[in-house]
Parts: sequence; structure tokens; C-alpha cells
Amino acid sequence: MPHIEFDMSILDPALLQELDEFIEVQEFPQESIIAILHKAQELFLWLPRELQLHIARKTDLPAARIHGIVSFYSFFLEEPNGKYTVSVCMGTACFVKGAQPILDEFRKQLGMGPKDKITKDGVFSLNDVRCIGACGLAPVVRVNEKIYGHFKVEQVKEVIQHYRELEEQAQ
Amino acid sequence: MDLKNLIRVTINDIPVLVPEGSTILDAAKRAEVYIPTLCHLKLDDFAIENKPSSCRVCMVEVEGRPRLCTACSETATDGMVVSTNSQRALRARRTNVELLLSNHPQLCLTCAKNMDCELQKLAHDIGCREITYSGKRSHHPDDETSYSVISHPDKCIMCRRCETMCNEVQTVGVLSALDRGFSTVVRTAFHLDMTETSCTKCGQCVAVCPTGALTETNCTHRVWRALQDPSKHVVVQVAPAVRVALGEMFGMAAGTISTGKICTALRKLGFDGIFDTDWAADLTIMEEASEIVHRLSTPGSTLPILTSCCPAWVYFVESQFPDMLDIPSTCKSPQIMFGTMAKTYYAEQKGLDPKDIVVVSIMPCLAKKSEARRPELMNDGMKDVDIVVTTREFGHMLIEIGLDLNQMTDSNFDSIMGESTGASIIFGTTGGVIEAALRTASEWITGEPLKSVELTSLRGFDGIREGTVTIGDRDLHVGIAHGLGNARRLLEGIRDGEFHYDAIEIMACPGGCIGGGGQPYHHGDMEILLKRQQAIYREDRGKMIRKSHENPMIKKIYDEYLGEPYGPKAHELLHTTYTPKPRI
Ligand code: SF4
Ligand code: SF4
Ligand code: SF4
Ligand code: FES
Ligand code: FES
Repeated sequence: MPHIEFDMSILDPALLQELDEFIEVQEFPQESIIAILHKAQELFLWLPRELQLHIARKTDLPAARIHGIVSFYSFFLEEPNGKYTVSVCMGTACFVKGAQPILDEFRKQLGMGPKDKITKDGVFSLNDVRCIGACGLAPVVRVNEKIYGHFKVEQVKEVIQHYRELEEQAQ
Repeated sequence: MDLKNLIRVTINDIPVLVPEGSTILDAAKRAEVYIPTLCHLKLDDFAIENKPSSCRVCMVEVEGRPRLCTACSETATDGMVVSTNSQRALRARRTNVELLLSNHPQLCLTCAKNMDCELQKLAHDIGCREITYSGKRSHHPDDETSYSVISHPDKCIMCRRCETMCNEVQTVGVLSALDRGFSTVVRTAFHLDMTETSCTKCGQCVAVCPTGALTETNCTHRVWRALQDPSKHVVVQVAPAVRVALGEMFGMAAGTISTGKICTALRKLGFDGIFDTDWAADLTIMEEASEIVHRLSTPGSTLPILTSCCPAWVYFVESQFPDMLDIPSTCKSPQIMFGTMAKTYYAEQKGLDPKDIVVVSIMPCLAKKSEARRPELMNDGMKDVDIVVTTREFGHMLIEIGLDLNQMTDSNFDSIMGESTGASIIFGTTGGVIEAALRTASEWITGEPLKSVELTSLRGFDGIREGTVTIGDRDLHVGIAHGLGNARRLLEGIRDGEFHYDAIEIMACPGGCIGGGGQPYHHGDMEILLKRQQAIYREDRGKMIRKSHENPMIKKIYDEYLGEPYGPKAHELLHTTYTPKPRI
């Protein structure tokens, strides 16, 4: 019967050791699973399935249970985030004021397919999010911590341009 | 019942006394008032209750409360007055069923669970004539990779009974609700294919799924095709647990034995040889008892010895306890021993080319379907067993051609692989395999006939049992577990040095094979399993010969073909190996 080979060597051993030490000091690791997953994400920035499997084996919890938790809380990332996370608000107010065309335009200009969450170069990730509590500014786009209110489709190009330049300067 | 802790509850004007802590549903049962349920599942013998309160089809009205509540989860209080059929309760129940149906593919006509589905029954009972809500339906890909269990998540109603079964009863833990909101689905970790996980194929998730979301693979068309192929010699074997359950699909009371009727029905289907897995079980006992005697008499041998008839259990050890692979007996299971003998000894006797023989098994079990495909059990790419159908699939084959089991006369299995003893029939229930093995081992060791063949200290229904069987001057300590969660506890105890046994029997399914994942659906009624178990012991008592080593046809096959039990030829044909499997 076919069995997937999970390549555990993709996990950085130093980070793994730190995580293992964290798990070992837990009095009841199974009960502290949320804290363990938080710690793992803090160290690895996201939770690849190899890491989830590692945690499952360490805590003796079923991998399906771990994945159930990770996929339930939007805080946990099953895919790496880009350096810049573009979140287009899809709450009612923003949706009514034309959030969908904005999201579509970002997708188009970033060259992303309908299911992609991150650009191929890993610089941008794109999300639709629920109301972020800035309805007065609808439609709203957030890039990392920065909020852009009354967003227009025409701005997509310049926003992308801005962060591409930042990225180039950083390199 | 302790009178002090009773409370008084009134259900539809019927007063009842129930123990404190009972739910409204428990009280209604006592009052003999029916409340529909769907997500709720109570397995008393396992002290496990699944009540996520997700379906809300059990809504009832409690006097003095503004809001309706779910009877399956709401604790009854003293003096509570409940109405199950008030206008509000009825309307709420109907709305909730309609909401479930609005996100359900209405494919009953072609569904594997047609006429056996709890959601369908509910829609029928409630009298749904139209589905007033319409909206987006969730869609998830099917998983048909497994030879045993297939999943159609679009038919899932998120009752999570399967999860409770797989995680809490079986402790395999391959199923979980994934994702959130509208996209929630019960699946394997990382949406892996079922075959990529450590699923043991026990089929207990299928046994409790109320809808067609989890079902067995359907192999009946392959049987029809083989039967119609004139170049094939098609033989069939029937497992012990099938004969005490099949009748339920034809309206017979649970626990009815229909061995003779099954033989006649198989003859009408046109099989060329109608044989009994019990015959192979007697063969298994010859090998297993020899192995026990051998291990007991050889200093330094690994003890305890574990039975290996249950393929779900074998897979469980391979994936969960890969460090303990030296303790299971190396004996093939009876189903596979039968297949091997059919394609060697029987082929020789009949002058047939083994390639022209098709071996069909009728099993209570989904794991047997995958077992037949184990690479360890193939000879030059030829399978020992070609097609495995469950008790349910077999019942449907009879229904398809209009054969009513009730109308069948009694007949017998064919010779030379149809004669069996009482020892082999009890293979179908928890405790039976080890009892059968010790009936034989004991007489071999002492050289004297047993005073009583019924080793009652090994019987019962508790999840973990222990018994002592005195053989000569030696007390043999025996451990028995059914349900994989109990098996896990037993094995961990052995690993930690907490338990010491000489022999252990484990069956993956609650109750053993009588409660197998391929048996007619019990819909949570554990009484049915008890009745099947009683029927098994009745059938044993009715047999002239009750010890495997006294089966004349088994003696004959050793004399003519196999040589010594546990000898070189027996080893080559009747034993197998185990390999560690990843745990996911
Ligand atoms: S697959 Fe079946 S048992 Fe499991 S949650 Fe869905 S409907 Fe319930
Ligand atoms: S067949 Fe058994 S092990 Fe596999 S998912 Fe179902 S309950 Fe779990
Ligand atoms: S207990 Fe019997 S029915 Fe259940 S998995 Fe094992 S062999 Fe199959
Ligand atoms: S709906 Fe977009 S901020 Fe509230
Ligand atoms: S049976 Fe009570 S909520 Fe489902």
C-alpha cells in the first residue's frame, strides 16, 4: 500500500530542538497543544505538515487531530506568508463597496491563480479577510500592519510597486 | 437502582423515575416515547457517548423554558415536564432536518446506504415533501483509494460519530474534522488518501456513520462476473460471524442462525464449491496451538503469544507498536489459509490450474478486503483470495436476484473444505479464538481429554478480560481484548511490565467479528451483538466435534499433504511475516 514519505529533514534541527525542549517542560503536553503550536509557529513562522506530524509524534496525539486544530484557527498558517501580506477585507461594508474587483485585480497583477495564496517569489501573500473593524473607511485593504482606506482598483498597481521597491532596497 | 438518586420527569404526560444525571432522551426512552436523533450515539459497553449536539433533530419543549433544547444532551432535572410533540418542537425538528437536507446531495436512488440511511429515514418519518431552503452546497473530493473504506464527504452531516469511533474506541485517530465554517469536513490528516494513513480498515467508522458518507467498497459485480465466466472455477468460503447476522437483512430476529440456508442460497448463485472458513479456522488452530505448545516448551521463547486472525489488529500492531512485531503468531488468518489451500491442495485434488480458480470470501469484515491484497500473502503475483464481499454485500446479492433467505431449505457445505468443529465457529466472537486454541493445546500438552470443553473463564463481553486455564500442572494466564483502544491498553501494559500473560487474543471490532464493519447495520443497538454472540455459542454446542484437532478432514490434510503441524510445508504455506508501518 502506498505510503507518503514525509521528509522530516526539511525542519531546521536547531529550531526543532528548541521546540522539543518547550514540549518537554510541559506538564501535560496534550492539554497544552495550542501553546505548543503557537511556539512552533513563532519559531518556524508557519506550520508545514512535517512539523505538525513531528508535534503529533512528540505529544502522542493523532496527526489528524493536530491538523484539525491548525486548520480550525485562522491564526495558524498552513502555508508560509509572503514578506508582505495583502489582506482585502470582504466584510459586508467593504464587499458592498466593491472589494471583489479589488481582490481580483491584486490576483491578476500579482500573477496568482485562483487558489494561490502566495506569489512564486514568496514576496506577497494575498488573503481575503472578514471585517477588520474599519467599515467607515470601506473598502479597506491592509498590507502587513498598514491600512489603506477608501481603496480604489486603480491603486492596486502603485501599492504593489511601492512594496516591490521596498523589497529591492532591502536586498 | 439506588432510590435516593432518582428524579421524577414527565414526558408527554407520562411520569417516569430516572437516575440523576440522565438526559431527557434517557427519560424519554424509559417512558417509551420516541425522539428522533441523528448525531447522538451511545455505546454503553464502551462507556462512550458521542453527543456533539450538532444535528438538532432531537429538539423538545420543556415547560417554563422560553427556548427549546436538544434532548440528547440536556440533563433532566427533578420535576421537569417535557413535551416532545408540541407544535414548536415539531416545527423546529422539521426545520432542522430540512436544513440538513439543503446541504445534502439528494442522491438516495444510487446511494450505497439507500434504505439503510438514518438521514433518509428521518426525512421519511418527518414527512419532508420539499426542501424549502436552498443555498450553496459544500463540495469535497471523494476518496476511493482504500480497498476497504470509501468516503463521500459531500454526504457527511458532521455528526462526528466516525471520529468518536476511530479516536476514542479504536484509538487509531486517523479521522478529524478539518477546516472551519462552511468548508468543515471530516477527513484524514492533511487530506491524505485513506491508504496513506495508518487506518487499520476495521470499518468501525462505516458501522456507525448514519449516512452514505462512509461505506465499504462494492465488490459484488466482480463476483457476478466470475460466476458468469465459464473458464473459471469459483469457490466460496463463509466466515463464522456471517451465519449469525445475515438473517437480520431478511427480517429474522437478531441471533438467528442461518448456516444451512446460506449454503442453499450459494448453490443457487452457482458457485462450484461451497466451503466453510471454519474448516480453515480448524487448520489455523492446529498451527496456532502448535506454536503455543512450541513457545511454552522452548525456554527463551517470546511470550505472550498473540493471535493473528484479525487483519485490522495486525495492521494496528504494525503501525502503532512496530517494536512488538515478534509477539503475534505467524499464522495466516483463516480466510487466507483457506485461499492458500484452495489454490494448492484443492487444485491438485480437482486437477485444476490454480489460475483458473477464483476464491470468493463472504466476511463480516472490511479489513479482510485489504488483507487479501497484502503483498506478503501473494504467490508470484497470484492472490490467495480473489474477491471479498461483506455480509451486507452478500445479502444485497441475494436481494438483487430475488432470493429470500427465509424461503431457503437447509443444506450443507461441500466436502473437503466444508467440515468444521465447534472450536472454529466460536472464532466469530471475542474470546473464541483463544478458547479454540487452548482446547487443542491443552489436550496436546496433557495427553488427556478436557473435562469440560467450554472454557467459560475466557467468555464475556467486557472490553478487557483475563482468565486462567489450567493445563496439567501449569496455569496459563490469558488476556483478551476487543476494540483497538482496549488492545492498546493491554499492549502498553505488557510493554510497561504491568501485565504478564502467556497468551493473548485481540479482535479489532467491538464484540469481535460479530460486530465487524461489514455486518448488517446495528444502528447503535448493542443488544444485537449480544444476541449474535449467544447464537455463536449455541452453534458450537450443537456440533458433534468441538475440538479442531479432532476434525477428520483436518487430520486427513496433514496426513496427505501438509505433513506435521508447524512443520516445513505448513510453514511455507500457512505462515506469514509482518512489517512495520508508519504511524499517521
Ligand atoms: S462521515 Fe458519517 S459518521 Fe463521520 S461525521 Fe460524516 S456523517 Fe458523521
Ligand atoms: S476503518 Fe477503522 S481505523 Fe480506519 S478510519 Fe475507520 S475507524 Fe479508523
Ligand atoms: S474483529 Fe473480525 S471483523 Fe473486526 S476487523 Fe478483526 S477480523 Fe475483521
Ligand atoms: S467590512 Fe471591511 S472593515 Fe468592516
Ligand atoms: S441527536 Fe441531539 S443534537 Fe443531534
